[in-house]
Amino acid sequence: MAVLSLLSAQGLSIKFNGLSALSDVSFDVPKGQVRALIGPNGAGKTTLVGLLSGRLLPSSGTVHFDGQNVTNWPSHKRIVQGMGYTFQITSIFETLRVHENVALAARRHQMRDTLVNEVVEWALDRVGLAEYVNDIAGDLSYGHQRLLEIAMGLAQQPKLLILDEPTQGLTESDIEAFKALIDDLRGEVTVLLIEHNMDVVMQVADFVTVLESGQVLFEGVPSDVKASALVRAAYLGGANAKA
Amino acid sequence: MDFGPYLMLAIMEGALTAAVLALTASGLALVFGVMRVVNVAHGEFFMLGAVLAWWVTQLAGGSPVLGFLLALCVVPVLVGMLAAFVDMTILKRINYDPERTIVATIGTLYILQQVTLMTYGPEARPVAPPFNARIALPWIDMSDGTLRLYWPWGLSITSYKLFVIGAACVVLLGLWSLMTKTKLGLLMRATEQDREMALAFGIPVQRIYAIAFGLGAGMAALAAVLIVPIQQAHYLMGGDPLLLSFIVVIIGGLGSLPGAILAALLIGLSDGIISIFFSPTLAKIFATLFVAFVLVFRPKGLWGTGKP
Amino acid sequence: MMSDSKKDCFAHGGVLLFLFALQFFLPAYHHGNMARIMVLASYAIGYNLIFGYTGLLSLGHAIFFAAGLYGSGLAISQFGFSVGVALVIGVTAGCVLSAVIGALALRTEGVAFMIVTLMFAQAGYLTVLYFGEYTRGDEGFVLAHADRVLWGVSLSDQTSRYFSAFSLFCVSLIMCLALVRSRFGKVLIAIRENEERTQMLGYNVVWYKFCTIILSGSISALAGATYALLFGYVGASFASVEYSIYPLLWVLLGGAGTVIGPLVGMIFMFYLIDLSSGVTTAYMLVAGLVLVFLAVFAPQGVMGEVRSRMWKWLS
Repeated sequence: MAVLSLLSAQGLSIKFNGLSALSDVSFDVPKGQVRALIGPNGAGKTTLVGLLSGRLLPSSGTVHFDGQNVTNWPSHKRIVQGMGYTFQITSIFETLRVHENVALAARRHQMRDTLVNEVVEWALDRVGLAEYVNDIAGDLSYGHQRLLEIAMGLAQQPKLLILDEPTQGLTESDIEAFKALIDDLRGEVTVLLIEHNMDVVMQVADFVTVLESGQVLFEGVPSDVKASALVRAAYLGGANAKA
Repeated sequence: MDFGPYLMLAIMEGALTAAVLALTASGLALVFGVMRVVNVAHGEFFMLGAVLAWWVTQLAGGSPVLGFLLALCVVPVLVGMLAAFVDMTILKRINYDPERTIVATIGTLYILQQVTLMTYGPEARPVAPPFNARIALPWIDMSDGTLRLYWPWGLSITSYKLFVIGAACVVLLGLWSLMTKTKLGLLMRATEQDREMALAFGIPVQRIYAIAFGLGAGMAALAAVLIVPIQQAHYLMGGDPLLLSFIVVIIGGLGSLPGAILAALLIGLSDGIISIFFSPTLAKIFATLFVAFVLVFRPKGLWGTGKP
Repeated sequence: MMSDSKKDCFAHGGVLLFLFALQFFLPAYHHGNMARIMVLASYAIGYNLIFGYTGLLSLGHAIFFAAGLYGSGLAISQFGFSVGVALVIGVTAGCVLSAVIGALALRTEGVAFMIVTLMFAQAGYLTVLYFGEYTRGDEGFVLAHADRVLWGVSLSDQTSRYFSAFSLFCVSLIMCLALVRSRFGKVLIAIRENEERTQMLGYNVVWYKFCTIILSGSISALAGATYALLFGYVGASFASVEYSIYPLLWVLLGGAGTVIGPLVGMIFMFYLIDLSSGVTTAYMLVAGLVLVFLAVFAPQGVMGEVRSRMWKWLS
């Protein structure tokens, strides 16, 4: 199991001001899987993903990525190793052109400018933003900005793409396009996404991890998660669920 | 004088520096804390306090006591109002954007300083203290086996300096009460904690900002009125207080008024002590490097709670 | 239709040509002024790299300028080195200092960074005063004409001084232009626009900032060293807080984040102050009013506004 694992966490814990945000979380994401991370608000999903990407450092536990122990690696190093990351609140370069946004992502891999331009074109095409290439990123609609961020992720040609609530704020048609994109990427890129939209989770995820109060509550294929009484109880607390 | 009395003198002078510094710095801490802006013109409000104090005492003529009292009441209010005006016309317009505020306040610094130069002139002018009796301070002598007090020659302090130290304590206590026990203080602390929430709760944030800015400047002006009978009023006197207040606020830690006061004590006393025993320039070099290194290794300051 | 990139190069090349040609029809009084302007504008270009392009507000750049100034000045006055060696010493001093200060200051950010840079610069200024025996403190010292000869040419001679200042400016401007158009420069701009995003794209942001501080400090030191060699005066005022604020003022006025902004700001401010000094002793009032005006109405500065409204291709 560990051999096929692209990303694995063992016993991750982190405290903020004495309060335990995560305790003893372990999980494995095998290569090529589309994994969803769900849970009620405050369960610790963004915190966990912060630990995996290197934005936060754990109080205890380890993180392994692509065969390396990255527990103490700074975030940029992990990105170089093959992680792509999109923020919960869209974070792009609003004053720069769409082209430059994606080019910045691509330049780390490509030495020649011609190749960079090719990758930019390809990435924008894949998310459906090709026509906006010369627009200023800040002028795009919110949904398109989120897609731009995904394009930036793709342009890095990552092994693992971490998406934090990618469909939040998207229109129905944008969500359909997103689902199609993930299906398209399946097998090519390993995807870990935090999602509140149960519809998306059910249709897109291969496997689901449910977090609650900083711990792993349940893990299973989407249909099992849907059927689980445990999970239902956790959500009855009032988090939104389009299950 | 032997070492002991010399040290005591240094401590007393340091306490005076610390008192005035604590007042000035708390004004800056207030502005910094509530509004999250860097007011580079803070030293000029201090300077205006001193210059206006001279002007008021000149107008009052006659008794220094009357003039001083008048200055003490009127000048901080005047300066506070000017500051509130600056906030409402300039700072509000630029929406308290951190970089633009720095630039705008640097500009305000030059404007205030140079207008003072044009009207008040480049000379340093003294203000007479309301009272100034010399009080000899005792020291302990154990040279013949018994504890005996004696009054070393040269070890003295003036009644006015003691008054300043006392007044500073009173004012700081007043500020602390204002912040912790009054509604205004509560509103300011709420705005400091979370501006968005404060707005959502209907707190008039713009007005709070103007008040905080005015109050901060008023504190600096008050400190200057207190110190001007000891120092003189000069159009360039704002530079040092500015630098020192910033040091105090950062070291004490953003968002911490008691931290700022403790830092003021630390810096005031050590500056006084080091200056007496070593060359003042060397003392200043150590002080500035000390501040730099504290920030480098403890960016939140020594007692900081807020974000750096 | 000329490509954007070509327009950019031509515009900057045009400025350089204009500056070169200027010496042939400027009256004598202005020659010295323009030389001074070009040297100080180079200092401002150095500052602009860290402030305008990377988004770090340093309040202590005077220490780098002074390192160059005193490095080369003392090399000549105390050790009798030649101009060439003095220049190298000055720049090296600035380079080393910027590496040390950079390594320390980059552990902080925002306001703390401002204060730390200010503190180091203050410590530098005070150290200059403390060693007054050699530096002559605020009064400063003068370098004799005879000591300021390079390859047989006297640097205090009007023409060679202008040409030297121009060469320095050329080097600074071309370096800056090349940098901001390069991949490295684009990352700097990205850091300025959204640091967290840049880090999460795999760029080691601290490393980029560190390299830029060294480059910025070295250019500032080069300007300082050149100043000593061309004008023959070394004084502590160049290490004071004022000389840390000036480049900020010039860059903001001219347009932070534009290559030519520092020069524009410098020229503007220089002549504005020159004119007001004739009228009143309170000439810094003009600086104050300009700063407030800039902050409220034109935060992008002259060239910044020009770029956003007209010449979008300008670097």
